[in-house]
Amino acid sequence: MTTFEAILLTIVTASTPLLIAAIGELVAERAGVLNLGVEGMMAMGAACGFAAAIGFNSTAAGIAVGILAGTALAAIFAFAVLGLAANQVGSGLALTILGLGLSGLIGAPFVGARRDPIPHLHIPGLTDLPVIGRLFFGQDAFVYISLALVMAVVLFLARARSGLTLRAVGENHSSAHALGLPVLRTRLLAILFGGACAGLAGVYLSLVYTRFWSPGMTAGRGWIALALVVFAAWRPVYALAGAYLFGTATVLQLHAQAGQIGLPSQLLSAVPYVATILALVLLSVLRGRALGAPGALGAPFVPDR
Amino acid sequence: MTQRSGDPVTTGQDVDTPLVALRGIAKRYGDLLANDGIDLAIRPGEIHALLGENGAGKSTLVKILYGVVEPTAGEIVWEGRPVAIGSPVEARRLGIGMVFQHFSLFDQLTVAENIAVALSGRESLRDMRRRLVEVSRAYGLGLEPDRAVWTLSAGERQRIEIVRCLLQDPKLIVLDEPTSVLTPQEADRLFETLERLAGEGRAILYISHKLEEVRRLCRTATVLRNGRVVATLDPRRRSAREIAALMVGSEVGEVKPHAGSGSGAEALAVRGLTLPAANPHEWTLKDIELAVRKGEVSGIAGIAGSGQSELFAALSGERLAPARDSVAIAGTDCGHIGIDGRRRLGAAFVPEERLGHAAVPTHRLSENALLSHHATGEVARGGVVALGPARRLAGSIVAALDVRTPSPDPQARQLSGGNLQKFVVGREIIRNPALLVVDQPTWGVDAGAARLIRQALVDLAAGGAAVLVISQDLDELFEISDRIAVIHRGEISEALPTAAWTREEIGLAMMGAAHAA
Repeated sequence: MTTFEAILLTIVTASTPLLIAAIGELVAERAGVLNLGVEGMMAMGAACGFAAAIGFNSTAAGIAVGILAGTALAAIFAFAVLGLAANQVGSGLALTILGLGLSGLIGAPFVGARRDPIPHLHIPGLTDLPVIGRLFFGQDAFVYISLALVMAVVLFLARARSGLTLRAVGENHSSAHALGLPVLRTRLLAILFGGACAGLAGVYLSLVYTRFWSPGMTAGRGWIALALVVFAAWRPVYALAGAYLFGTATVLQLHAQAGQIGLPSQLLSAVPYVATILALVLLSVLRGRALGAPGALGAPFVPDR
Repeated sequence: MTQRSGDPVTTGQDVDTPLVALRGIAKRYGDLLANDGIDLAIRPGEIHALLGENGAGKSTLVKILYGVVEPTAGEIVWEGRPVAIGSPVEARRLGIGMVFQHFSLFDQLTVAENIAVALSGRESLRDMRRRLVEVSRAYGLGLEPDRAVWTLSAGERQRIEIVRCLLQDPKLIVLDEPTSVLTPQEADRLFETLERLAGEGRAILYISHKLEEVRRLCRTATVLRNGRVVATLDPRRRSAREIAALMVGSEVGEVKPHAGSGSGAEALAVRGLTLPAANPHEWTLKDIELAVRKGEVSGIAGIAGSGQSELFAALSGERLAPARDSVAIAGTDCGHIGIDGRRRLGAAFVPEERLGHAAVPTHRLSENALLSHHATGEVARGGVVALGPARRLAGSIVAALDVRTPSPDPQARQLSGGNLQKFVVGREIIRNPALLVVDQPTWGVDAGAARLIRQALVDLAAGGAAVLVISQDLDELFEISDRIAVIHRGEISEALPTAAWTREEIGLAMMGAAHAA
């Protein structure tokens, strides 16, 4: 395997968790819910998933429990912002703090434990092709699932009747309610989906990316996923592009650090974040202010019955 | 659409049996009885008017009928059977269609998507699109299925609502203030459509406070006041004045015109003002020429969203003009000066939005008085608020414009729409400005408050001030303006004497069909 090939493969690994978390948050935001708790839900997914994988000695169990943990945390958020019509920004921030703290507690006994790599796809002939073989036909299941998720969300939003309902609810919840659309139910499902995705992204970090657990291992990836949704103007395909841009920048700066190019490593570590912010600013300047944001994003909904 | 025009909609129904009867409907919100024992019956093929002032309980009643709000007491009888309408989906299943006043549309979705979202059927988007085109053609309601809604005019938006309603083949169509955003021509087209629908045997509940159109369209009218039915009558057999008195509970006077000629000096002169749109939802102001003289009321007519807010922002200084000489107040070029500087030149401004733009909802009236007086008045000195004078100022505004307040210095949001509007207009008038620019002075306020505000504007002009009124209400402009110009897509026509305009001409100009010569 050449260095170039290795870099391409690590880019995919670095981008996948961002993509999964971002696509979940994107669906929640299209329904009009801003959940700033992605970081916390990812941390919970990573900790619980890792604990379950060790405990049951099963990757599948780890994945299932990680998804459930993210979903459970999202359910708490849903209760606050839908049931009690609480402020979404405040509730989301609290969720992140809760998730980070709780994950540290749950993960503590597992610090130092390691998992074996999960199996990668192997199609004889195809996987062995030079350069593109491993890249396209030799990834783990998460990578293919993340791409399938993007496709599914694209089709759901554009074609499905329920996708139309979701967009309508996110655009104007008062009108949606007046037409008899189930505003709260739609939002509940969207929040839970976002939680499940964040949990899955977390599991990916602890079971595939590092293969161990350490406190705070999400390292702001939840926040990056949130920024990606805005950066992508709430469009799934742009989110895919954004996630891979960030992943590429992350991997390249790591190689730059290793290559001793004479810049302080702290500065290089900041490159992906700076690149994402620049791309965000550039896009919003080109496209005009906040165009494309769901009309009811962040607004609590209280039906007047 | 399975229904062919001309087929009776109701089958096996005696024409005399009401399609729907409301009995003793009541709705309580805390201490407020929004509806109090309302009885109402509508027959198939009937266009029934529901008349009343803002706050009389019309909207609440309609929401109950459409299942959005649950009544506290009373029963709804549909085709002879008592029913409980728990949600809009159930209402639609019964055959009730609704055209909302503030359109229940989704700006970022297309026309077809907006319609599909309200239909609960399993029909594919493609079939729905085909039916949409068929129905809109059959009723002469032209619509392009793939346009995004935010690019459409108010008339087109209303057509979406009507087509959406018709695709469900309703027996009863409820229209809430349908003409409030339409040009006279668009309103005429709407009336033709409604008469045709009634001819097919569909019942129509027509909610309005505009008496002339109700007298033209309806044979039965139910008048509401303070949540109660005060009369059920044939609007063609009563005078508009008589019905208005029933709605308001007392006689509404007319605005006394002033004999001013408006021959004074130009208090406001706008020359070649061009201002690019700040965002894609706005219009670019193109080469605006406008002059308002002392002693006259000048009006600007236009359909909602034709560039009025953009023009107001440019005149008030909320947005600065690229060239300093493109706006002049009292002979001083001020295109580059902000709103405070323009106030110091003797100008005053009342924006369209009462809550959030003209007034801060959670601030007291005295604090709200500060908002526009801080630069010119005695209420703030050296950065320190003078509370006493601010309270006295708020008190004199309240007294001058007869603002009804629940307590001596309440928060702005505690006032009703009409009273708050009187306050924000009064706040500017009390400064005795040389120029007053007011955007939609009586939008959504009751007839009594509207008359008072219009009289205050006319009196201000009679006292020698220049008044510029931007309004969507043609009746208002014809009543108080000396001259009227029309704004369309960010361009303004020449201002002509009010007597030189007919309603038809002005309606055409509002739709952009060539500026009337």
